[in-house]
Amino acid sequence: MVEVNDLSKSYGAVNAVRDLSFSVNRGELYGIIGPDGAGKTTLFRILTTLLLADRGTARIAGLDVVRDYRRIRQLIGYMPGKFSLYQDLTVEENLQFFASVFNTTIEENYYLVEDIYKQIEPFRNRLAGKLSGGMKQKLALSCALIHKPKVLFLDEPTTGVDPVSRKEFWGMLLKLKQQDITILVSTPYMDEAKLCDRIALMQGGRFLEVDTPQHIIDHYPETLWSVRAKEMHRLLGDLRSFPGTKTSFSFGETYHITLGKSSSPESLQRYLEERGHRNVSIQPISPSVEDCFMLLSK
Amino acid sequence: MEEKVIWADGLTKSFGAFTAVDHISFEVRRGEIFGFLGANGAGKTTAMRMLCGLSLPTSGRGEVAGFDIATQQEEVKKHIGYMSQKFSLYEDLKVWENLRLFGGIYGLKSRAIREKTDEILSDLGFESERNTFVRALPLGWKQKLAFSVSIFHEPKVVFLDEPTGGVDPMTRRQFWELIYRAADKGITVFVTTHYMDEAEYCDRVSIMVDGKIEALDSPRALREQFRAENMDDVFQQLARKAKRTSD
Repeated sequence: MVEVNDLSKSYGAVNAVRDLSFSVNRGELYGIIGPDGAGKTTLFRILTTLLLADRGTARIAGLDVVRDYRRIRQLIGYMPGKFSLYQDLTVEENLQFFASVFNTTIEENYYLVEDIYKQIEPFRNRLAGKLSGGMKQKLALSCALIHKPKVLFLDEPTTGVDPVSRKEFWGMLLKLKQQDITILVSTPYMDEAKLCDRIALMQGGRFLEVDTPQHIIDHYPETLWSVRAKEMHRLLGDLRSFPGTKTSFSFGETYHITLGKSSSPESLQRYLEERGHRNVSIQPISPSVEDCFMLLSK
Repeated sequence: MEEKVIWADGLTKSFGAFTAVDHISFEVRRGEIFGFLGANGAGKTTAMRMLCGLSLPTSGRGEVAGFDIATQQEEVKKHIGYMSQKFSLYEDLKVWENLRLFGGIYGLKSRAIREKTDEILSDLGFESERNTFVRALPLGWKQKLAFSVSIFHEPKVVFLDEPTGGVDPMTRRQFWELIYRAADKGITVFVTTHYMDEAEYCDRVSIMVDGKIEALDSPRALREQFRAENMDDVFQQLARKAKRTSD
């Protein structure tokens, strides 16, 4: 459904997208995971025909993003990262506007947005500018869907959104997938990656890896250890001074570390106990997507 | 007795019939890292604006850095630092110019500003970026610099409003090490975040639901209290009870 070949885009000396090639299958939920500045928005703007690439080609449903841009615009829905609805129109007026621009009506495709829109329908006469963050997001998604697109581009739909609303939002995406809509979604939240069919880990304009979340985790080349002790704050310094430590990062309530070939968890345990740490626990764990990202992005 | 740098007693803010912040009471000790969590619309921003001296409480009382947030707002502002994801630095000024500007705003002498600027740039490893325009810095760098600027005048308290949103995982962790360093120096850190792993890095955490503080304790104690594996579970359990749907 999406075919990208050797795509590049620079702004002056900044290479926002570098020689990217990838494809997204029909009906797939494809996540582009990367921090601010990775190039996600530039990529989305090229794919949605809003920006010209310097080099390379991109096709949506077999159509070229440069030559066939008018037809592509009929086929896709785009929810930009920045809230871009009309703040001085009401909720309902916004939805009506987007429906009429695409020559359709709310009624015709209501089934598609119903689950999402009915949550904000009680506020349909409120100005869009006066909505809360979570409601704006739901309205923006409704507006991007109302013309029944074949491909949906969601640029950081959950940035700045609290964990509960984020979960809800992903629930909606999983439902949309069942309607045969191909979804490309970008996010800086690594915990959302596991809900995608495939993910691309992006940094510095490149994809570091593309695979299913499970494969990416399975391909983690090191043994990852979760370490905790009574005095967590002091522990990090001592983990870093241990000669056998390769990497050490804080991860919520524990530290995740990898060890060099010549050292073992037993030797680390001894080292820490010699430094007065109590209740030391060193357990092998399965890495998260965030662990994989940090290893790959080094 | 431990020094209390922030305290609130029955702090309330209403907008017409809507009570955004509903009788919240808590204390934060000197040098503590206090995580202020809540869903969008729970009232965090309104509460934070009152604590920063930007908005008057409807009722209740509070003190920040020894000053009353209702009657000594200007003093409060002078003794705190603030940074957010949205506003931090002037993009069209160079790195050193931003430091010069904020140092001046906080009333530091030129020489002190020069010394402090050198110190910050060397601490962050940013010496070579001294003459770079802030807009050309990656977000993570900007946020680290913005944090250093927010504590430039060595305030008693620094308020951080989602400081790490969108920042890459590596820089996010470096950012937290800067927070620890500031706390070790005795600066009290009041921070909001949507990353629940970061909630674990706080000494204590409060969770707001519909304008009220529904839980307040160390992450470990909260995990035990709610029989949860991690702070995300705790947060989901509490925030799902919310009835409010708007900001």
